[in-house]
Amino acid sequence: MQPQPDPGTLAALYRQMLLIRRFEETVYYLFLEGEIPGTLHQYQGQEAVAVGICDTLRPTDWITSTHRPHGHALAKGVTPRAAMAELYGKSTGCCAGKGGSMHLGDPAVGMLPALAIVGAGNTVVTGLGLAFQLRRTDQVAVCFFGDGATNEGAFHEGMNFAAVRRLPIVFVCENNLYGASTPFAAVSALTDVADRAAAYGIPGHVVDGMDVLAVREAGAAAVAAARGGAGPTLLECKTYRFVGHSRSDARGYRADEEEAAWRERDPIPALRPALAPELAEEIEREVEATIEDAVEFARSSPDAGPEEALTDVYA
Amino acid sequence: MSTHEAAAPPARRLTIGEALREAIAEEMRRDESVFLIGEDIGIEGGFGGAFGVYLGLPEEFGHDRIVDTPISEKVIAGAAVGAAALGMRPIADMQYSDFLFECMDELVNQAAKLRYMSGGKVSVPLVMRAPVGASNRGAQHGQSPESYFAHVPGLKVVCVSDAYNAKGLLKSAVRDDNPVLVFEHKLLYGSKGREQAGGLDLTAEVPEEEYLVPLGLAVVKRPGSDVTLVATHLALYRTLAAADELAAEEGIDCEVIDPLTLLPLDAETIFASVRKTGRLVIVHEDTLTGGWGAEVAARVAEECLYDLEAPIRRVASFDAPMPSAPSLEDAIVPSVERIKAAVRELRD
Repeated sequence: MQPQPDPGTLAALYRQMLLIRRFEETVYYLFLEGEIPGTLHQYQGQEAVAVGICDTLRPTDWITSTHRPHGHALAKGVTPRAAMAELYGKSTGCCAGKGGSMHLGDPAVGMLPALAIVGAGNTVVTGLGLAFQLRRTDQVAVCFFGDGATNEGAFHEGMNFAAVRRLPIVFVCENNLYGASTPFAAVSALTDVADRAAAYGIPGHVVDGMDVLAVREAGAAAVAAARGGAGPTLLECKTYRFVGHSRSDARGYRADEEEAAWRERDPIPALRPALAPELAEEIEREVEATIEDAVEFARSSPDAGPEEALTDVYA
Repeated sequence: MSTHEAAAPPARRLTIGEALREAIAEEMRRDESVFLIGEDIGIEGGFGGAFGVYLGLPEEFGHDRIVDTPISEKVIAGAAVGAAALGMRPIADMQYSDFLFECMDELVNQAAKLRYMSGGKVSVPLVMRAPVGASNRGAQHGQSPESYFAHVPGLKVVCVSDAYNAKGLLKSAVRDDNPVLVFEHKLLYGSKGREQAGGLDLTAEVPEEEYLVPLGLAVVKRPGSDVTLVATHLALYRTLAAADELAAEEGIDCEVIDPLTLLPLDAETIFASVRKTGRLVIVHEDTLTGGWGAEVAARVAEECLYDLEAPIRRVASFDAPMPSAPSLEDAIVPSVERIKAAVRELRD
């Protein structure tokens, strides 16, 4: 174990995780109110993964994300305003209303629009790593993906190519135990995704995805290895989504006891005692204000105009 | 002939393969961000890509910018998408266009849509080269799948049929800020084509100096006044042969257009020709149903119906997987005789 991070880092980790949690809870409510269109794939419960990993990255590093990208986007630096406005379909959204919930992202903060085809990021991220390698920069790319992606062909092709080229990539599997409704154990004879790293000749580690400090520590080592030219690492963060796969999911495939047990391990209250109580309360007030501001910004922003429907098809 | 002209050096003629290689080399010299990625393209002692287009390039550019991949088409396309999103200009290689179906997600869901779904913040300036065409290789190495991609907003689709346009189009494709698929016919790379191509002289005058052929503009390969023929790839050569025979044998004067780019399609050049001739035959080696000829026919019907003096005809590969046996393949792909018959029908 590394020594406990400094108080400023602990506060930042707490703030980021809480921001994602409150963003998601607020979005869920607004969706039910009919203010947010489409569907939602939410991140409650998995905050420690996005926050722990992104805390180890530089602004110039890049990430790829999935159909469940809200947490990754906020953790990498997309503003709550730009993310919320995108969910509302407003022109001020990070993708001008053309991406929506499943494609949040912004190259200005080092995040491709999230790729909502399961496994898509696993090949595309190799291009990010290849660009860094060809330009001889020391940037790193992180590919976030779920356990569901590990049975896609793209997982294999991307991991193998990254390994053989020693690309500066960290593959972060968020194993939340279910691909939609299907238990991971029903679709993989291996218990741990991390064991698959051996097939590619790269390191693979199981990480407690409910412990932001554990994620951060493992992430820091993997990012440093990638930055230093040692090639990719596969991190499997064991985690759990507290909500359904998508907005309409009643979670009939999960036992109440299982859900309760994982909620006991909620990473946000787990970190709170590491902060001075006054600081934690100040962060909580600040996060509430930030979320309120984001909602107000989204509500008051203009709809994406019909005249924009056919722009940005071609450069 | 004047003394001056007699003293001029003979015009340089290149094959399509040589023209493509020259285009790639020129663009790699011009722009450090251009690199090559694909299977078997730069391996020492290897064959320089499935059709030898990359031979000699590793000697000039080394192996950093010539990225040999595993047999992983999804990663070839995915890596090209990712690198292009960061401003690199990959020229990706698909050994056979049939293999593009292995990376449909990367091309159709990612490359084509990243710009749009980012609200214009991300561009994907990649080139994907892919050989098409029947050549007795059967159903999985003989397709002409360009029409699948001509259906996808966000992509550009180029068909290369001669050496001059090959060089100029590929250079334009590399400089384009959008994903561009460049389809080349595998029987047309060499100097005489393969025997199956009819022993054509496939070299063309190719200037050594810099030039670009713009994407989205068609060219009239043979002016004529009676019937408009639109064709690409090997079917273009068969169409030109049919036009020559029809002129010599039956006095029918065909205008032959090579669209060069299927997406975006230069419909205006085709409309202008049809307004003149009143008759249209579209010829392609892709199968008939849903092929790009259907789109051309629809566009002409929408814009030029009252200029037409006869129904629009399409001559395409019949709707079947491509067979391997030469006798069967010949029965499927457009022949000079089938093209002539279609033209004659419109003249009756």
